[in-house]
Amino acid sequence: MMKKLATLLLLILINQLNVLAQSSDAVEMATGLRSSGKIYVVVLVIVLIFIGLAAYLISIDRKLNKLEKRK
Amino acid sequence: MTKYWWKALSILLILYSLIAGLLGPVPTLPIINETIRNLYYHLPMWFAMFTLYFVSVIYSVRYLSRGKTEHDLIAVESVNVGILFCFLGLGSGMIWGNFSWGDPWPNDPKLNGSAIATLMYLAYLVLRNALEEEQKRGKISAIYNIFAFPVMIVLMYILPKTTDSLHPGSGGNSGFGEFDMDGAMRAVLYPAALGWILMGLWLAQIRYRIRKLQIHLS
Repeated sequence: MMKKLATLLLLILINQLNVLAQSSDAVEMATGLRSSGKIYVVVLVIVLIFIGLAAYLISIDRKLNKLEKRK
Repeated sequence: MTKYWWKALSILLILYSLIAGLLGPVPTLPIINETIRNLYYHLPMWFAMFTLYFVSVIYSVRYLSRGKTEHDLIAVESVNVGILFCFLGLGSGMIWGNFSWGDPWPNDPKLNGSAIATLMYLAYLVLRNALEEEQKRGKISAIYNIFAFPVMIVLMYILPKTTDSLHPGSGGNSGFGEFDMDGAMRAVLYPAALGWILMGLWLAQIRYRIRKLQIHLS
């Protein structure tokens, strides 16, 4: 179930990327997206996910530290 | 005592590269468009992999000269994490290539070279598992590792440079540096690379410490 959902999401994502990747005559950049300000939402989401992972890694590191001290 | 500063630095540098990499100015080029930003995330994977494999070689040499089991463990775990970064680099490159070159796997010398190099390092892990005796395993795999490293450099870096490759900076292609006139991209790329290198070393260190605890407990 989860796998199917993940592949579906990935397909949608790739499709979206494909749409974005189609270029016209002029060099198309995402300036409009940026000026509308909504790109910051995406940046925030990515930053949140990365901070979450980093915090998790720190907690693993600390647990290991405790185990190492016990031996 | 374990020092934490470089781990914090790794997180901060990657955070900076995520934010500045998405919002910062980039050269406007046809076909690649905004995907030029992939450089900040795709290339550091390879930097991290090179560094981890290099660390592995250093510890393989040290293992051969001193015979300390710890050095052998550091060598293996560095390769383990290096392979992870290699797959992340291959995967991100395939997505990027699919949209910029029109094919996830064109017969590019750099791609084929890295595929062979990956198989070589997977063979290193298989070789280790095949040998039962600890000292024999350590010695043989250390020697294999020392030979694999220069071959990997030649396959992934030197050979693609000499032939026609789709990758920038190969076979007369212009590198990204030529478009980056004001150094705005370098200001993101290099911190990102350092951040991911440190992250790779951190992961390898965690794996090594788990391995040592496992040995201690058994």
